[in-house]
Amino acid sequence: MKIYDVLVIGGGPGGNTAALYAARSGLSVAVLEKLSAGGQMATTSVIDNYPGFPDGVDGFELGQQMEQQAQKYGAETIYGEVTEADLLAEPKVIRSSEGDFAGRTVVLATGAYPRELGLPGEQDLRGRGVAYCATCDGMMFRDKTVVVNGGGNTAVEDALYLSRLCAKVYLVHRRDQLRASAVYRRALDEQGVEILWNSRVTALKREKRLTAVELEDVKTGEKRELPCDGIFVAIGRVPDTGLFTGQLELDSAGYIVADESCRTSVPGVFAVGDVRTKAVRQVITAAADGANAAHFAEEYLLNQL
Amino acid sequence: MTPIELTKENFESVVLQSELPVLVDFWAPWCGYCRRIAPVLDQLAKQYDGKLVVGKVNIDEQPELEERFGVEIIPTLFLFRNGETGEPIVNPGSKAQIEAWAGL
Repeated sequence: MKIYDVLVIGGGPGGNTAALYAARSGLSVAVLEKLSAGGQMATTSVIDNYPGFPDGVDGFELGQQMEQQAQKYGAETIYGEVTEADLLAEPKVIRSSEGDFAGRTVVLATGAYPRELGLPGEQDLRGRGVAYCATCDGMMFRDKTVVVNGGGNTAVEDALYLSRLCAKVYLVHRRDQLRASAVYRRALDEQGVEILWNSRVTALKREKRLTAVELEDVKTGEKRELPCDGIFVAIGRVPDTGLFTGQLELDSAGYIVADESCRTSVPGVFAVGDVRTKAVRQVITAAADGANAAHFAEEYLLNQL
Repeated sequence: MTPIELTKENFESVVLQSELPVLVDFWAPWCGYCRRIAPVLDQLAKQYDGKLVVGKVNIDEQPELEERFGVEIIPTLFLFRNGETGEPIVNPGSKAQIEAWAGL
């Protein structure tokens, strides 16, 4: 079994930045990635808030470039899906579809995935009207009627994006105000997005595809059906930490507890990016975590000598 | 080998009459998830060279093929053996998942 100084799980901005910094420090590094570089940002067509790109940058391209930059300094990329992690072993052992690997340190950069509604038929309707990524699947709903569910920045960004493609966009939110930045509010009105306040989605109506959603007024309990061709679910994200449960400290939502040093409750194990407890989950904060984790991984390795 | 661009003109010869199994990816340039699996398809074409053919159908340019195979969601992957295909896989989440589905 090959032993690396730093074994990174996940090839998004956090993971590949950790790999870049660790490799440039002369450490042996491998990144395990189940699909392709970039993580969540790879499905974003334009990233407008990553500094240095005044005209925006393609998320997929940025992911590829971060991976190439890490590789340039010697980091390996292994395209394997992790099936098991033993973080308490010495060295730490990661089993994957491409074989087993060991790391003197491990950087967990597994990110997060969209939270599901948890309604009957949701899995089966995925791709038949139920979607989780407006920039990925929006084009499938050109000139159709869609519902966006959620009240945060993602939901509002999705609604604005879809309003340029779709015949009609409803934004369904369970509260009476948005959590999204104020700058978005006016844009929603200008784009003709209809906001349905105090409402939650309680059922998915279907034939072969989604035909309507059932909405419940959270104040009165009254239910009604809203015909639509699609629903974009944007009610938050879930950290991808299932493989690590019981091995290190997680918060009540499942995020790995770590401060800015990215050190977790297990010595030699670091958490970067969206999977870590933090206030702001952005490409740049993930990248910043990567640099910090590499620094403290190096410090940990020096102290082990 | 690199993935082959499939059209309604070459589909018969490249896919249906192939002696090797053919993995066919229905995709479009605007589809984020399609772009994410593109590097994986390149790797599969290389890794299983001589055992598997990988082909791609751009649904914007090949609406007839999209219709013929009833593709409603992309990316959708089909595996053809001796001109026949079974259950497709939709938006696979990992290279390992594609390999398991295709029996590679």
